[in-house]
Amino acid sequence: MSFLTDRARAHGLGSAKEGTHHWWSQRMTAIALVPLGLLFIVPFAQALGDGHEAALALYGHPFHAIVAGLFILVAFNHLRLGLQVVIEDYVHGGARTVALILNMLFCALFAFGGLFAVARIAFAA
Amino acid sequence: MVEFALPKNSKITKGKTWPKPEGAKNVRTFRIYRWNEESGELPRIDTYFVDMDTCGPMVLDALIKIKNEIDPTLAFRRSCREGICGSCAMNIDGINTLACIYGMDEIKGDVKIYPLPHMEVVRDLIPDLTHFYAQHASIMPWLETATNRPQKEWRQSIEDRKKLDGLYECVMCASCSTSCPSYWWNGDRYLGPAALLHAYRWLIDSRDEATGERLDFLEDPFRLYRCHTIMNCAKTCPKGLNPAKAIAEIKKMMVERKM
Ligand code: SF4
Ligand code: FES
Repeated sequence: MSFLTDRARAHGLGSAKEGTHHWWSQRMTAIALVPLGLLFIVPFAQALGDGHEAALALYGHPFHAIVAGLFILVAFNHLRLGLQVVIEDYVHGGARTVALILNMLFCALFAFGGLFAVARIAFAA
Repeated sequence: MVEFALPKNSKITKGKTWPKPEGAKNVRTFRIYRWNEESGELPRIDTYFVDMDTCGPMVLDALIKIKNEIDPTLAFRRSCREGICGSCAMNIDGINTLACIYGMDEIKGDVKIYPLPHMEVVRDLIPDLTHFYAQHASIMPWLETATNRPQKEWRQSIEDRKKLDGLYECVMCASCSTSCPSYWWNGDRYLGPAALLHAYRWLIDSRDEATGERLDFLEDPFRLYRCHTIMNCAKTCPKGLNPAKAIAEIKKMMVERKM
């Protein structure tokens, strides 16, 4: 029980003065993923089954290495933004803070793991 | 807060079956949610039988008939009985709508009536709309100006006035907000479709001088951006309005002022 007025409850802690940037980024990364996804998936699918050497040759090429790197960065950033929305929707209280931090850590881990793998092939070539 | 089952004190039990009207040939069955705090009991669904030959065509007509002739303890809100006051919003046959303009011919089988979803119930079909109204008040639903008040009226062109069509008709019935899962889970902070539709109504009013402050107020991951374009609001609105579109327009204004 608390004697907050109805208006005080409706106003809460006030505006966070952000939200548009997140919303806009989610849309921009989604759009960027269309061409990036195609450029990444098509050669990747073609190289499937051609063995290790072919894969090394593919990502040894600067164009494909850069596309793969960009795709990984944008895709995992998009994933982070999307999961953040899901967490904010469904997780409440202290668990929300923990979930948001884990989300950031895991997406960063996978993104930089992927980048590192591509870089290693690209620079070894 | 997300809930996958009804809270313990909201489990619905089987209620009372009220006697059939004598000598009636055209009887329709109504299953209506009943709850009042004083009884200390769980909510229940009561069954009523209404003689349709002596009843008006709208769901509200049947509710009033039940209250007058069968069970005077049944509680619901109503005032204008013509879809303009917004008092009689409830969940009828699975959708949130106004009982006074919802025809019973649109319903197949028994007529099932519940209060608006995911709100605290005051009694029977009356939800507690305190927070909903406070949220509406928070968006400053009035003309906000700094310029000195003109001698006559604030002038507005015909084209600018047209921009308010599809917005000013809202009767604040709360059907849309209470149909929105995002409002169910985060209604403490998410303003919900009704309040946001009103926010937009003042944002695009050519006479208003507080556009920036209004946008600042809405710039928030919860107040505005809990809307995920689920569209239940537009589907359910008994006045045929589209709050989702108004929200999309607010988001556009937000982006526009950043570029
Ligand atoms: S937009 Fe429609 S459903 Fe929502 S409060 Fe207004 S009239 Fe009711
Ligand atoms: S009684 Fe006024 S809207 Fe239904």
